[in-house]
This record gives sequence, structure tokens and C-alpha cells, in this order.
Amino acid sequence: MIDATSLPRVLAAASGRPLSLAEHDDVFGLARPVPAFLEELEASGLTGRGGAAFPTFRKAKLLRDQRGHSKFVVVNAMEGEPAAHKDRTLLAANPHLVLDGAEYLAAAIGAKHIVVAVSRDNPATVNHLSHAIHERERRTLRGAKFELHTPPWRYVAGEESALVHWLDDNESLPQYRPRRPHILRIGHAPVLLDNAETCAHVGLVARYGGQWFRSIGTPTSPGSTLVSVSGAVTRPTVMEVALGTPLRTVLAAAGADTDPQAVLLGGYGGAWLDGRNIDVPYANESLGPLDATVGAGIIIVLPRGACGLAETTRIARWMANESARQCGPCAFGLPAIADDLQRLTLDARDATAAHDRLLERCGVVEGRGACRHPDGVVRLVRSALRVFADHVEEHASGVPCAAARSTRHFAAVPALEREEELVWE
Amino acid sequence: MGVRRRIGGFVLKVNPILCDGFGHCVELAPDLVRLDEWGYPIISPTPVPLSNLAALESARYAVRGCPRQALAIERVADVQP
Repeated sequence: MIDATSLPRVLAAASGRPLSLAEHDDVFGLARPVPAFLEELEASGLTGRGGAAFPTFRKAKLLRDQRGHSKFVVVNAMEGEPAAHKDRTLLAANPHLVLDGAEYLAAAIGAKHIVVAVSRDNPATVNHLSHAIHERERRTLRGAKFELHTPPWRYVAGEESALVHWLDDNESLPQYRPRRPHILRIGHAPVLLDNAETCAHVGLVARYGGQWFRSIGTPTSPGSTLVSVSGAVTRPTVMEVALGTPLRTVLAAAGADTDPQAVLLGGYGGAWLDGRNIDVPYANESLGPLDATVGAGIIIVLPRGACGLAETTRIARWMANESARQCGPCAFGLPAIADDLQRLTLDARDATAAHDRLLERCGVVEGRGACRHPDGVVRLVRSALRVFADHVEEHASGVPCAAARSTRHFAAVPALEREEELVWE
Repeated sequence: MGVRRRIGGFVLKVNPILCDGFGHCVELAPDLVRLDEWGYPIISPTPVPLSNLAALESARYAVRGCPRQALAIERVADVQP
């Protein structure tokens, strides 16, 4: 049993290797169904930890009410964000907690298949999972059968419709969904898709109940969450924090710069937060008025003296390259936005015009993709122009910015791949 | 068309994956569609009343005239006249 008010929860007993099934049972207690599991899930107020923060109960209920004797639960451990390490850290510590959660969800909605999806470019996690699934097969407790699938790694490949499309024997490309809520399907079978960390929290809620879950966190954002802290930090860290913890406290615990210029929150489709707001409680209801979100728990710390515009340019350039190139506004708009940002950052003569063009193009691109990839870039760019407004003016007036040409980077961005090298199958 | 069917409104929706920017829609429904700098349609998300028969007719032309069949008319119950 994990004490209700102590942390870590989903990372409890984390050591250098994954807990075996027997050790897992010792730490967390035997997984037996809580009566009325879905009621506990509703009482917990758990929201999805993959970025969208959709209430996990509502999604499960929507799928429970779907017809079909063959349903799927998909555990999304794709971790497409380059700065995120939480899912691989969790699966390297407590894989069985994630699989427990998936089993509970499968039992609750009547699913016969559980698919765990992890990128094939992350072989250590693939190994942990295949070992854990094999351990459970020798001790069949409940009905649903586990399958491990390994799509290629791409930023948008972890987007839910792209992942389910890949599992349905296709390319990992996002799909058009004109009406919401949209029921994802593999063949005709309805799919409940949840992030790996979300499943781990479900595994705890199923054991200890909704009230236990709510004993830390805020009333609107209960529970704990995993954060991946990188940038101006002694070493990049994954930590479990209670939602509502002041952001400065999170940074201090991670060994990061506690007086930064800014932090990037959420992910590469997230938003910059001004360093002056660093004491804000880390929860969506308090970050929302500052146009930021918890997102996928990414925190990139940007120290004073670094150039936020140069960092944003590198991220935007990479995000443009990660477009699936299915929708015109994304395929053409994101490279244009990255070009504008580059001009704004590096060319004082064109900076003012580039700034105006950027704002206009952000408005044109927003909301016009099949998925939210372009919207994320727009959000990132708008937040950069807002948070680094003073610095934008310096660039526009030709004040030299050595940091913009520095090779020291804070946001980790993979090397750009050429379009013909991108693997989608 | 009976009077009852004219209650409510419609929006023209584009499937951005199918759309290849042929631009026929802007010719057929210039009041509903404009093009961005790359030639892809920007359609107002504000519903148009079904009583606006001229707009409805042009939207139908656009739907039928799209070489990629990327357009659809979606009915909405509430609309500001």
C-alpha cells in the first residue's frame, strides 16, 4: 500500500531496474478489482497525462457504452516529445502498474485486447515491456490479452488517431475527425486509448480508490504527475510532483535554475512562461490564465542570457519538418512560420516585417490541420512573441544578440531528417 | 424544399487531408471561401442560415465541383439570423 499523502506514487520503489511481478505485488498490494471501479475512477478526477488532460473516466464511459464484442485498450507509450522521458522512466521502474491499469480499463469497458504501443526506436523500453507482458502470461489473472506493438518514432506518430491508424495496418498518419467525440477504431472494434502514465494512475485508483487519489493535488487537478525537467538543470530529471506545487519548488527539487528567464511548459506544442511567473502553482487551472498548460509534463528551463527566440526557431523548424505533410496549411504554413522566426531572430533589417507576417500566418494556420500539430506550433510561437517581447524589439532594432548564434542549446531538438528519409510505416 | 428544412444553418467543411488546393471552391462559392497564400481554402466556421438560398446553392456547387471531394455541408441546429 502506498501512503496517500507521500510521493512518489507511480514511481514508488523505483530502482535501477523494472520491478518483477512478485515485487510489484509486494509494493502495491495484490491487484484485485475495487467494486465499482468506474465509480472510483470518476471520484478520482484523474485526467489524461498525455497532454490533453481529458477526464479519464469520461473517455472510459464513452467506450463502455459502445457496442461491439471486440474492443481494444491501447496504452500509448510512444512519447513523441523529444524533451519527454516520463513514460520510459515509468516503464523502466513499474511496468506492471501500467499494465494493471490497462487491465482494469479493459475489464471495465469489456475489451478483449490490450495493445501496448512503444516506439521501436526505444529498444530498452520495448525490452522491459515484452519481459513484463511475458511474466503476466505465466499468471493469467484476467481475460484480456496483451500485445506489444512498435511503430516508428515520429512526433505525430503518438497522436491518437495516427497511432490507431498505424495499428490498423497503415501508416502512422493523423486522421481527419470532423465530429467530436470521435470513436477511434481498429477495424470495426472501438478503441480506448490512454497514455502510459494515465494507466499507472488508474492502477493505483483501482487499488486504493478515488479519495486516496485526491488526497494530494488541487481540487480541480487532483493527484500527482510526472514531469521531465531539462534545459538549465544539473542533469535532466523525471520526477513525480503533486499538481498545484509552485513551479519554483518543482525546479528546486529538480536541481534546476530557480530564477530562470522563462520555462517552456507542456511540450514543443506548448507555451513559454515568463520567469516572473515562476511561483505559479503547477496545474492547468492556474497556468491557463497565463496561456500555458501542464501538457505532457515537459519543463524546459531557459536561463537568463539565453535567446528564447533562437530556441523557438530551432523547435519550430524541427516541428515543421515533423509535419506529416497531409494538410496544406501545415505542410506549407509551418516552414513559412519557421522562416519568419529565423528572419526575426537573425536579420534585423527584416525583423519588423517578419514579426507582422508571423502573427498573420499564425492566424491563418491555426485550426486548419486534421490534427492539432499546427495549432501547437502556433501556440508556441505566439507565446514566444509575448514572453520575449522586449527581446523581439532588441532584435528588430539591431542590438547584437550573441546568444542567438551560440551553439549552446537548452531545448533538445533531434537532427532534421530529410523528407524522403522519414519513416511512417 | 419545405419551410421546416430552412430552420437552422450550415457550415461548409473541408477535409484538409483530401484537399490539394485545386481552388475550384473559391470560384464556385466566393462568398464562403477565400484562399490562403498557398492556395488552400479558408472557410468561415460561422454557420450560414439555411434561408440564405444563394449561399446554400453556391456551397452545393463547391461540394460537387471539388476534384478531391474534400468538401461537405454540415447542418447545425442553431444559427444567428
